[in-house]
Amino acid sequence: MSVNNSENLKSEVKALNFYYGDVHALKGINIPVFDKKITALIGPSGCGKTTLLRCFNRMHDLYPNNRYEGEILLHPDNINIVGKSIDPIEIRMRISMVFQKPNPFPKSIYENVAYGLRVRGINKKRFLDEKVEASLKGAALWHEVKDRLYESAFNLSGGQQQRLCIARALATDPEILLFDEPTSALDPISTAKIEELMMSVKEQLTIIIVTHNMQQAARISDWTGFMMLGELIEFDRTSKIFTAPHEKLTEDYITGRFG
Amino acid sequence: MPIFDEELKKLKETILKMGALVESAIRDSIRSLVDRENELAKALIERDHQINAFDVEIDEECIRLIALRQPMAGDLRFITTAMKITTDLERMGDLAVNIAERAIELNEEPILKPYIDIPKMSQIAQGMTRDSLDAFVRRDKKLAMDVIMRDDEVDDLKLEVLRELLFFMVQDPTTTSRAMKISFVAQYLERIADHATNIAEMVIYLVEGKIIRHMALPEK
Repeated sequence: MSVNNSENLKSEVKALNFYYGDVHALKGINIPVFDKKITALIGPSGCGKTTLLRCFNRMHDLYPNNRYEGEILLHPDNINIVGKSIDPIEIRMRISMVFQKPNPFPKSIYENVAYGLRVRGINKKRFLDEKVEASLKGAALWHEVKDRLYESAFNLSGGQQQRLCIARALATDPEILLFDEPTSALDPISTAKIEELMMSVKEQLTIIIVTHNMQQAARISDWTGFMMLGELIEFDRTSKIFTAPHEKLTEDYITGRFG
Repeated sequence: MPIFDEELKKLKETILKMGALVESAIRDSIRSLVDRENELAKALIERDHQINAFDVEIDEECIRLIALRQPMAGDLRFITTAMKITTDLERMGDLAVNIAERAIELNEEPILKPYIDIPKMSQIAQGMTRDSLDAFVRRDKKLAMDVIMRDDEVDDLKLEVLRELLFFMVQDPTTTSRAMKISFVAQYLERIADHATNIAEMVIYLVEGKIIRHMALPEK
C-alpha cells in the first residue's frame, strides 16, 4: 500500500476494540482515514462495518454496557474520539452521520437544515438563511425546494429527503461525514444523485461510507476496507481491492464466492 | 456450480478449442513447407475463418460477461486476459496462413536446401503456444515464465536462418527469391513465438495482478 505525499491523514483507527456488553464486536482494528477522500467499508452482514462507523461519532454511547478500547485519533488536534474524557456531543458537531433510511425531523425543510445551528444557539435569521441556502445547494437540493422551504420535509420524495439529511449534516460544517448505506432505500437515479453529491462534497470534507453495494464502493471510494467477523481483513486503494486484492477472503467476497 | 462459474468454465473451454485450431494451423503450415504438400496448405488457409469466428465469439462473450456479471478481482482479470489472448491467437492464425502462402509459392520451385532450423523453430513455437494456454487455464505462473524464457531460443534460431540465407543470396543471386520467402517464414515463426510470449505475460497478470509487459526480465 503506497501513499502519496498529498494524502494526509484525517483520522487513524489504532488497535480499536469494541464490546457490546460481553460481545467482542471489533477486534484490533487499524485503519488510516485520508483527508478529503472517500473510504468505503465493505463486508458481509454482521462483520462490524456499521459498528466501526458508529464509533466515529460515538453513537454507541447511547446504550449502557458498550465499551471502547484503543484509539480513533482525529487530526489535526490529535484527540482520541473514543477517549473517556471526550464529550460525544462535541464529536458529533465535527463528525456527522447520514443513515440508511432518510430521517428528516417533523419540521419544515428550512428548519430541518437550520436545526443543528439552532441547537448551537445560532438564531440570527440572516445567517441561518445563508447557511440553509448554502447547505441545500451543497446537497444539490436547492433548486427543487427553494420555493417551498416552509413546507413539511415529509412532502419530499425519498431521494430528496436523503439529500435533505445530507444538507442538514453539511449545515454544521462537519469535518467527517459518515454514511451508513445511504442509498440502499433509493432508486438508481436518486442513488446517482447522492453519489455525485458525495464526489462534490469530498472536496471540503472526509467521507466514510458503509455499503453493501460493491459497485457503489468501486464507483465512488478512493480507499476500501474489507471486514469480516469483527476484523479488518484488508485495506487498500479501491482500484487495487477490486482488481487484484491481496487476501483470498477479500477475493472470495467481492467475486461472490463466499463460504 | 453457480451460473457465473459455469460461464467462465465454458469461456475457458472455448479458448482452448481456439488454441488447438491455431496450434494445428502452425503445425500444418510448416509441414506443408517441409513435405511440399500444397493440399495441407490450402486446407489450413480454408480453415482460418474458424479461428476468426472464435475470436469474435470469445470477445462477444467477454463483453457480455462484463456487462451482465460485473466481474471483480480474479474474475475480472480472467475475462480481460481472455480478450487479449484471443487477439494474439487470431494473429497467430493469420501468420500460419502467411507461412502456408509462402509454402505454396516455394513448393513450385526446386528446393533451396533441406529445412533444419525452420522445423526446429516451429517445434519450439508450437510448444510455447500450447504451454502458454496450459498456463492460462491452470493459472500456472511458473510455466508462463518458462514460455517467456523460451522466446530467446526462437529469436536466436531466426538469426541463424537469416545468416545462412544471406550466404546463399550472396553466393548465387538466382536463389534470392526463394531465400527471401524462407526468411519471411522464419520471421513469421518468430512473431508467432512473440504472440505466445504475450499470452504468457498475460498469464502472469492473471495470477499476480501485475503487468510485466515492457519490463526487463531477470537474468537467466
